[in-house]
Amino acid sequence: MKIGVLSLQGAVSEHLDQLKRCGVEPAAVKRPGDLEGIAGLIIPGGESTTIGSLMEHFGLNEVIRERCRAGMAVFGTCAGMVLLAREILDGVKDQARLGLMDIKVRRNAFGRQKESFEAPVALKGFDSPVEGVFIRAPIITAAGSGVEVLAAREEGIVAARQGRLLTTSFHPELTGDLRLHLYFIRMCEAK
Amino acid sequence: MKEQGTFRVKKGMAQMQKGGVIMDVTTPEQARIAEQAGAVAVMALERVPADIRAAGGVARMADPEIILKIMDAVTIPVMAKVRIGHFAEAQILEELGVDYIDESEVLTPADEQFHINKHPFKVPFVCGARDLGEALRRISEGAAMIRTKGEPGTGNVVEAVRHMRRVMEQIRQVVHTPDDELVVLAKEMGVSLELVKEVKREGRLPVVNFAAGGIASPADASLMMQLGSDGIFVGSGIFKSQNPQVMAGAIVKATLHYNDPAVLAEVSKGLGEAMRGLEISSLTQADRMQERGI
Repeated sequence: MKIGVLSLQGAVSEHLDQLKRCGVEPAAVKRPGDLEGIAGLIIPGGESTTIGSLMEHFGLNEVIRERCRAGMAVFGTCAGMVLLAREILDGVKDQARLGLMDIKVRRNAFGRQKESFEAPVALKGFDSPVEGVFIRAPIITAAGSGVEVLAAREEGIVAARQGRLLTTSFHPELTGDLRLHLYFIRMCEAK
Repeated sequence: MKEQGTFRVKKGMAQMQKGGVIMDVTTPEQARIAEQAGAVAVMALERVPADIRAAGGVARMADPEIILKIMDAVTIPVMAKVRIGHFAEAQILEELGVDYIDESEVLTPADEQFHINKHPFKVPFVCGARDLGEALRRISEGAAMIRTKGEPGTGNVVEAVRHMRRVMEQIRQVVHTPDDELVVLAKEMGVSLELVKEVKREGRLPVVNFAAGGIASPADASLMMQLGSDGIFVGSGIFKSQNPQVMAGAIVKATLHYNDPAVLAEVSKGLGEAMRGLEISSLTQADRMQERGI
């Protein structure tokens, strides 16, 4: 099975490496044509304003939305969460995004870089907590009824799933823990 | 249970900037232009390097008021520069809440012997390097990101190319050196054996490595990315060009599609004049910023 990583900017190689360790074929997605034959797409951490405007400029937005309607799974980490959100708080004016998930997301919700932190995250359905690396991280402030909350802190929701869409505020690609990637791969495999 | 300022969080911040362009700005308006053009961060300055060169005198940390105004103007990370070794300036910038500190040779060095001990800070640091030894010494001191020094404010990419090629060549050398000879390499570079072993194991620097110092066109950005940079700093190259908005957007797209000549040709069209630029051999020894802090 082939899983793509949106390769416009950010922690691209980290996700590609993580997928390799999970035993699936990783594919860098820079152009619409690269989505061919891909079961799932990871949108990595990076700057959401940069990735969003490059997605729009190089014609990826509409193609990704179409592929999602046809059953492609998507996993957005950090900036990926912002890009998946239906509504963005503290964004730039008319910030480009996919808007696929019924969530309201606040950018840089924990403050500036010096407030970035690590903390364990207990995820629903996981035996033990995963390492959470939060870097200028966003948070989900409101979620629609179709959204399943997988983890929350006192500040808000930090992991959620809606059908074939998965998202985390933190960066599983910066840890040695493969469980969230394996979880996403199972989502991609499910019919 | 929340641990702030870990090395993973500091280094991770730089990883999130990969494949992106960080632009020097001196006003909130310029910062907004940079953000809109797709910059992953801005460097808040009182003067761009070309003007620091022209002004002469002692160049210090920017006025906090300028930095705060720029922080207010954009949602992307804001970096700012301190003088080499000037940990008090760094304490001030950390207090202001800048997202990354550049301990930079562009400013007049404050300490000729010691760089800042960057470990105790929660805010991450980027430092310049001309070769692997410099890069690893800065990492030992706590730098979470490295960039080439190049020759700032010249609009001439030749020194950045020299420094990136040198680092890459030395990494290849480390990778091919037998384990029992690594200790001599470590000694020559003045760094721990542990760090040299890590370079050998990973085949790259242990932190993100950007290009900086003289990049002034989309083609320059592509060149540096093809030589192995993880991303690009553009100093004077944008706001000293004839059409900053267009130049900024073009450099962002060239950094992404650095290995696609069709995209490069397209974005290089009709940019107007790039910054004027300086021939390196016309600089006196005292004008060369790259020899500061080695």
